[in-house]
Amino acid sequence: MSGAASSCETCPAYRAGHLVRLGVDLSEAEFVVALAGNPNTGKSTVFNALTGLRQHTGNWPGKTVVRAEGGFEFASRRYKIVDLPGTYSLLSTSSDEEVARDFLLFGQPDVTIVVVDATCLERNLNLVLQVLQITDRVVVCLNLVDEAERKGIAVDDRALSRILGVPVVPASARYGKGIEDLNRALHEVATGTFQCQPLRVKPEHKLKTIISQMTERVVQAFPGIPNAQWVAIRLLDGDMRIEDAVRNGELRNMMLERSPLESAQGDAALLLDASNTYREEVGHKLHQTLVEEIYKQATDIASRVVDQGGQKASFDFDRSLDRLLTSRIFGFPIMLMLLIGVFWLTISGANVPSALLADLLIGTLHPLLKAGAVGIGMPWWMSGLLVDGMYLSTAWVIAVMLPPMAIFFPLFTLLEDFGYLPRVAFNLDKTFSRAGAHGKQALTMAMGFGCNAAGVVATRIIDSPRERLIAIITNNFALCNGRWPTQILIASIFLGGLVPAHLAGVVSAMAVVGVALLGVFLTFVVSWALSRTMLRGELSTFSLELPPYRPPRVMQTIYTSLIDRTLLVLRRAIVFALPAGAVIWLVSNIMVGNTTLAQHIIGFLDPFGAALGLSGLILLAYIVAIPANEIVIPTILMLTVLVTGAAGVGHGAGVMFELDSTAVTGELLRASGWTLLTALNLMLFSLVHNPCSTTIFTIWKETHSLKWTAVATLMPLFLGFGLCFTVAQIWHLVG
Amino acid sequence: MNNADETHTSAQTLDSLKVGEHARIVELTHGFVQVERDRLMDLGLTPGTEITAEFRSAGGDPTAYRVRQTLVALRKIQAELILVEKVAS
Repeated sequence: MSGAASSCETCPAYRAGHLVRLGVDLSEAEFVVALAGNPNTGKSTVFNALTGLRQHTGNWPGKTVVRAEGGFEFASRRYKIVDLPGTYSLLSTSSDEEVARDFLLFGQPDVTIVVVDATCLERNLNLVLQVLQITDRVVVCLNLVDEAERKGIAVDDRALSRILGVPVVPASARYGKGIEDLNRALHEVATGTFQCQPLRVKPEHKLKTIISQMTERVVQAFPGIPNAQWVAIRLLDGDMRIEDAVRNGELRNMMLERSPLESAQGDAALLLDASNTYREEVGHKLHQTLVEEIYKQATDIASRVVDQGGQKASFDFDRSLDRLLTSRIFGFPIMLMLLIGVFWLTISGANVPSALLADLLIGTLHPLLKAGAVGIGMPWWMSGLLVDGMYLSTAWVIAVMLPPMAIFFPLFTLLEDFGYLPRVAFNLDKTFSRAGAHGKQALTMAMGFGCNAAGVVATRIIDSPRERLIAIITNNFALCNGRWPTQILIASIFLGGLVPAHLAGVVSAMAVVGVALLGVFLTFVVSWALSRTMLRGELSTFSLELPPYRPPRVMQTIYTSLIDRTLLVLRRAIVFALPAGAVIWLVSNIMVGNTTLAQHIIGFLDPFGAALGLSGLILLAYIVAIPANEIVIPTILMLTVLVTGAAGVGHGAGVMFELDSTAVTGELLRASGWTLLTALNLMLFSLVHNPCSTTIFTIWKETHSLKWTAVATLMPLFLGFGLCFTVAQIWHLVG
Repeated sequence: MNNADETHTSAQTLDSLKVGEHARIVELTHGFVQVERDRLMDLGLTPGTEITAEFRSAGGDPTAYRVRQTLVALRKIQAELILVEKVAS
């Protein structure tokens, strides 16, 4: 709170005593304000400027997918503001626009702000005119005027305001310009000082008659329903979702959320009959007719208020850049270089802070905590469970995961901010479309190299249901940074050891890259297979907008992507890693008969592990380390010492550890029976097994489907079993 | 439907546009699924709108088209479903 407030004091729009930002404290809001707009119009930036929150904003259509809420005070009135996902239209059936549509129509906000991009007003007017159809109180925020100016585009905001009949506020939200004016306009409209007279597009006569007749029917069935006309139009257009909402009473629930209706006794069947009859009269081109009429109006308005006099120069810059970045010759090399650059910076940049964190959390703090626990007389089992189990696993995950995340995601976000990532999707779309997938999957896959949970969340940018599911299910094949250390360690011990010392580094690096490429290959194969089998029937569409390039904001990007990506994912990992630490400690310390529970389980799993070219111990490590791939190796080492009873290594039962020396680690593993086959199959299995539980949970949250969560979890697991089994059998045959 | 086709005998499909060429949209045919067709219309691809082929992807497909001051990428199989009339630049 205090941090947010102080940063506001420096922004130009701030006037002490005039505007009080409430962060997320929304109690007793007098007015509810909806923030709508096309994707990529800087809507989230406007939201942040109004509320002082720092929601992540990117130069990518479709950033906000769930609605974010915030609040502020202006002229001693309290406002609650709801940032809606980017929307092109209220007249479509696409599911990605549902949240915004439903809120605007049935949430009945007191005022709706429509954020429009001044550089392409005409296209944005489509949504503005649609919003004006359904509500009286609207403020248009003409955003990105600075960018328009650079491009030689001038918009006459006063004329636009006169035509639309609502306030139009020019703004440049990323620099805080126009926010004060926006607040004032909002206040005037909310309190009724400004009386809006919204422009309404009138459909041609015959259509108008049918729509108004149908609207009456809707009102009869649902007395007091807000936006009866919209419901009528959707029913006439044959929108199945609205038909269902009428049939099962969901429509009534939507309305009840905000304004309870007295006694809505709708006769659903009668209403649907009527809509079928009327639909025959309007034909099946209703949507097209309406959109055409709206756009006709939009074109007319734009021609009156937009002056594109000096447009040439900067369009030329954008165009030249696009020609270069998407060229047949340079397109892919540039992409590859940037990608390698991002990975190189991540891996090399993360080494030092990772080592420091490990030193601090594991090397220093752990013994201190342990000593402290003994000092206060804590029983051994309690300090073991808390300090050795729960603390250590959490510390491990932080040390391994935090530094690469803190470097990888901001870098990625800078490219996104600039507008480059949509071009990557554009360049790679052909490759992905051959596998039945969407070009944007290239980006969710790349995010997966950082963290699969983040990659799964990122699939929200894919608006086609089938392609999005494909991207979710296959994200796990992108080798996340929790698995890179395992790959590197095992490769340098077992594969680097096969060749002369001066080649060891290159060989092990190539082996790890090989595994990562195998993951990319599997992504395509599995995507292809899914799109032709399980996902055949799912709806598939394609749309990809290429936003204009924008100068990235470095400091803000680092701040926001640290906050909402790194910390979010990290917090989740800790939530899952903490209990895992307890389980790991418990299985190694609970005695059943003369031996630990762990040894019993390992004995039971051994035959199965052997058939896979692994071992019971490795399988147990993968079971208890489901929450986080980072702790697989420490768990394997701890269990190895537990089982072999190797003296002088490790810190006791249930205490995970890693060794400073790769050579000593190698000796320990070889002594416990590891062969080249074990190492090879471990690398394969590390790539191809179930996602970590953070990712599984994220998949469930994103799909809300038990079926797809199960597929995404079990398919790679069985694929991994199959792969390891095959390799082991061939190995035994040949060897 | 047939009517529309007959009145625009000179019409060609959008994919035949070379980079740099302009055209006017005549119709989004019903080869599209409804949702996709609606989305493209909402993006501004309505009949009568001017459209320019700007550049192709490094992979050769999709192609970026300028429509109402925005860039929209369309795959070839989509462009094949859009009827246009060429406009001299």
